Amino acid sequence: MPTVAPLDLTAHCIAASFISDIPHFALADGTVHRLDHGHKHLDAHEGGLLCAVANETRDRLLTGGEDGKVLSLGTNGTAQTLAEIGRKWVSAIAAGPRNAVAFATGRTAHVRLPDGTVKSFDHPRTVEGLAFAPKGMRIAVARYNGATLHFPATAGKPAELEWAGAHIGITFSPDGNFLVTAMQENALHGWKLADGKHMRMAGYPAKVKSLSWGPKGKWLASSGAPAAIVWPFQTKDGPMGKAPLELGTRGDTMATTVAFHPTEEILAIGYGDGMVMAVRVADAKEVLLRRPGKGAITSMDWDREGRRIAFGSEAGECGVIDIAG
Amino acid sequence: MSDAQAQIPVTVLTGYLGSGKTTLLNRILSEDHGKRYAVIVNEFGEIGIDNDLIVESDEEIYEMNNGCICCTVRGDLIRTVETLMRRPGRFDAILVETTGLADPAPVAQTFFMDDDVRAKTRLDAVVALVDAKHLPLRLKDSREAADQIAFADVVVLNKTDLVSEDELRQVEASIRRINPSARIHRTERSAVNLTDVLDRGAFDLKRALDNDPHFLDNDHDHEHSHDHDDHDHHHDHAHSSHIEESGVKSIALRGGDMDPKKFFPWIEKTTQIDGANILRLKGIIAIKDDPERYVVQGVHMILEGDHQRAWKDGEKRESRLVFIGRELDEERLRRTFEACQA
Repeated sequence: MPTVAPLDLTAHCIAASFISDIPHFALADGTVHRLDHGHKHLDAHEGGLLCAVANETRDRLLTGGEDGKVLSLGTNGTAQTLAEIGRKWVSAIAAGPRNAVAFATGRTAHVRLPDGTVKSFDHPRTVEGLAFAPKGMRIAVARYNGATLHFPATAGKPAELEWAGAHIGITFSPDGNFLVTAMQENALHGWKLADGKHMRMAGYPAKVKSLSWGPKGKWLASSGAPAAIVWPFQTKDGPMGKAPLELGTRGDTMATTVAFHPTEEILAIGYGDGMVMAVRVADAKEVLLRRPGKGAITSMDWDREGRRIAFGSEAGECGVIDIAG
Repeated sequence: MSDAQAQIPVTVLTGYLGSGKTTLLNRILSEDHGKRYAVIVNEFGEIGIDNDLIVESDEEIYEMNNGCICCTVRGDLIRTVETLMRRPGRFDAILVETTGLADPAPVAQTFFMDDDVRAKTRLDAVVALVDAKHLPLRLKDSREAADQIAFADVVVLNKTDLVSEDELRQVEASIRRINPSARIHRTERSAVNLTDVLDRGAFDLKRALDNDPHFLDNDHDHEHSHDHDDHDHHHDHAHSSHIEESGVKSIALRGGDMDPKKFFPWIEKTTQIDGANILRLKGIIAIKDDPERYVVQGVHMILEGDHQRAWKDGEKRESRLVFIGRELDEERLRRTFEACQA
């Protein structure tokens, strides 16, 4: 039986993440909590924390806040300031290879390269989302009417991918062949990067706020519907012409967060009422991991072994689920 | 997505540079009214108060990719409101300041069209500050000044000390012609009672009408008496000069009991066809055989309706509907509205 070790906190959880296998919870009130032989916490951002993500080697948590700072937090409670932008909000953050970090303030995307130099790229519209390509030093920016690709290590011209509408989130497929954005109008949009071919993935009743790639990039799971919507990416043309799977369908609430197991085709789904389920892709078999709570699940992360899930909710209820119990 | 959380009221403050917005904002932030406001401003600029809850936000219009040309929202507001609402305990209400040149429609539509914003906040009222001295000029040289008045639930007619009583009456009449249902408050130095601008519930159909028992009663004839000799209902004639100035006019329709099978398809079709030109619409409808008053309101193509309360004994069952907009075909609206009567 799965067991839940709750950690009841008081603010909206921005990111639940295993850092060196220690569960960390970054909250909107600016605090970062961790369960490391007891509950410990750090006041990271004055004013509030806006975004957080694990670095590529998953041994540091990168955070951005209302104080205009970008921090790198270690598991021993220390914080290193990577950048200070003044009174601007750091609204999005992404982790890249060799400790590169990308972050957004307003219409500017900044990239801190492995050698510590920071490059900035201005856009005509707000940088809504950021993602690093899996290979090479390349970032993608989600923006109004499309996406922009930059090569921050070189002085090359950015590549523009156009699609009308507001793009608010962005992710590369693990093989780097596809770029997928979440849109304001309850849809995903994708580009096959080799030829710029468009992929439209529409029909969601709500905005897609959570995306997760399955093992080897064969599936892309998404929130924004009463079920997790899982698109097949096994072939070179992606999901075009294919119907997505609908896993963990609920009648009374929506999937708000999705997280694929690191190696198995098992998807953890967090819902608007705080429930968490695990669903196997092969046969859609469901296992209840956490009963409904006070608020929507906002973040989930599997540990490296795929045995535990750290989760957080908008009401501040956090915790760790042990699958094996 | 949790429903447990109460919706936070949002007040939108519009007005030209120099109309007294900053003075009013400073009063709202500093006076002891028992409420904490998060304020979304276009620029920190003039606000001399240091406060964590003042957030700068660059106006960013997003067209929705749904084929509807007037379905625009403010992308910056969606982001900022969502971020603020992650920490709901910090404030009781939100105030959005727009620039003098801002179109108020996308601001208002953001609170109806974005599901996440709508789930956590509710638009309380649009307040327009107007400079009594400069309004006539603004109405001539800009589209935004008329739009802001057309959209307003409350108009604060400021700097009244700079004009004569006669000029003031003319300015008031101009405002009334654009928007017959807005509350007008005359002030100097933005010294309006804060209770007259905050927590109005103007978009709450039921409350708006309870607050304003004479809603839509003030037909044009009263206002016209200030600057026209004729007291009759020749609206078209009386309006013509003004329409050329601002392009915005209001059309007030009255009728008896409506046939629901005709009225609802009509109003939906009308807002689809004329939505781009309709800035606001409000109405109280008497539905045949329905003991309750039905109230409607709209912003461009967005339409909301609900039962309000039972018609009172002795109250005249009557349908009243006001359109405020540009290039509206009054004859067609009147004819088709009247054809919906039971």
